[in-house]
Amino acid sequence: MSADTAVEPVERGAAGQSAASRLFAGGANAGHAAHLAAYGTMPRRAPGGSLAQELEASGLTGRGGAGFSAWRKFAAVDLSRRPNRYARRTGAPVLIANGAEGEPLSFKDATLLHNAPHLVIDGLLAAAEALGAGSMFIYAGAARLEPVAAALAERADARSIALLEAPDTFVAGQASAVVNFLETGRALPRDLAGRLAESGFKGRPTLVHNVETWAHVALVARYGADWFRAEGTAEDPGTRLVSVTGNVPSEVVLEVPGGAGLGDVLASAGVGLDAVSAVLVGGYHGCWVRPSGMVLSTGAPSGGAPSGPPSPGAPSAGWVRPGAGVLHVLGVGRCGLEATARMVDYLAGESARQCGPCMFGLPALADVMKRLAAGSGAPDLVREVERLSALVSGRGACHHPDGTVQLIHSALETFADDVRWHLAGQCLAAARADGAAQ
Amino acid sequence: MNAGGPAARLHIDWTVCDGRGLCAELLPEALTRDDWGYPLAAPGRIRGSGDATNVPLTGAELVPAMDAVKLCPLLALRITRP
Repeated sequence: MSADTAVEPVERGAAGQSAASRLFAGGANAGHAAHLAAYGTMPRRAPGGSLAQELEASGLTGRGGAGFSAWRKFAAVDLSRRPNRYARRTGAPVLIANGAEGEPLSFKDATLLHNAPHLVIDGLLAAAEALGAGSMFIYAGAARLEPVAAALAERADARSIALLEAPDTFVAGQASAVVNFLETGRALPRDLAGRLAESGFKGRPTLVHNVETWAHVALVARYGADWFRAEGTAEDPGTRLVSVTGNVPSEVVLEVPGGAGLGDVLASAGVGLDAVSAVLVGGYHGCWVRPSGMVLSTGAPSGGAPSGPPSPGAPSAGWVRPGAGVLHVLGVGRCGLEATARMVDYLAGESARQCGPCMFGLPALADVMKRLAAGSGAPDLVREVERLSALVSGRGACHHPDGTVQLIHSALETFADDVRWHLAGQCLAAARADGAAQ
Repeated sequence: MNAGGPAARLHIDWTVCDGRGLCAELLPEALTRDDWGYPLAAPGRIRGSGDATNVPLTGAELVPAMDAVKLCPLLALRITRP
């Protein structure tokens, strides 16, 4: 997927309100001059109060997948860096912009680094000033770092930012893998006793954010929390980038407001709901959903939005967490179980092979899912999936096994009818495709 | 597990654990072994989607747990706060 052809910022927000692109306002491949023309210079202080206060009021959440409060991470690092009577001195904080984007269906971070590297740099510099940070890194694959290197060369205030070339693996972007890579050169997740904010790189307080999160930090530092909240909903303020892939006219990155309707976002990508069987939201560690009536939100929408069970990725109603912003379209006539089986097989291959339950459990799960997809399974296959899922859940240094289990569970729920057909040796999607053809 | 909650937790470093099984032998009430020999919290020990990497221990299990920490050939275990 090419970063420069894929960019297509939306003119109008998917939820109806205006959502002129915030992150791509500088245009494609914005140099420093275009960047400053679009956004102005960084103020010495955040407009309303301190950067910490503005981040808290903004409600910005991480755009890398977990959706954790950006302010809480910031505050935890701020707390850890202060000398404490009981704790040893921890050293200056380390800031890392993570653009590794190991998720194969995601290319929004590559697009962002291509179009708006200066926003990511600004975000790091604003936080560095607020936190008294010592070292800053931008971590991404080699091709993604090229526009960043060019951007760094354009300005004199960013000499303290170093570039780190991330390996091209699924788990290389896990926060602990990033820190491990800095220390050891191996981008493998590692066992964490505490939080990176307290003890990360060489025991220093370490703040790892996705590159898009850093770009939003730069905008909050410039324009403040109220401006940030002018888009999106109270539960999911601001905008986010989504990568739309699968059975679509063309794969695009869109910027959409929090609380956007999934159907509206797909329409912006030129996809009609009648052509869609299901959408994988969040990526290979995400959830399959039926898109009709579904809202993308990091929290349960209140008021007029459709109500749904407050569980992530509830298949039939309400809202779904956008995760890393992946929207992968499964067209009508394609089998969701087959697609899922292929993904689980890929995920099993991407295990770092450090943790036993993941190293052995994911291939076992992939095998069962393959049998289910092939329609050659015995009736107890689903029970075996449940048993193996329970065995791998929560038993790893990172969330790779948990994310894989989430994908499988959402597939079994969303494609429950297909499961019944497959257990009877037939494929519902194929039958529907035949029916439509006749 | 008594009503007062666990006395401590046994943290398993999965990146190091090789499933030798000594811990499960020393702590038969707390740990079983999975399909591949890796330590697994005994049934009922962790409720719901609890943390399977930090297995709750009773007070009576603290001494054998410390033995397990010391004897683990791969140093994969640690006792942590409840």
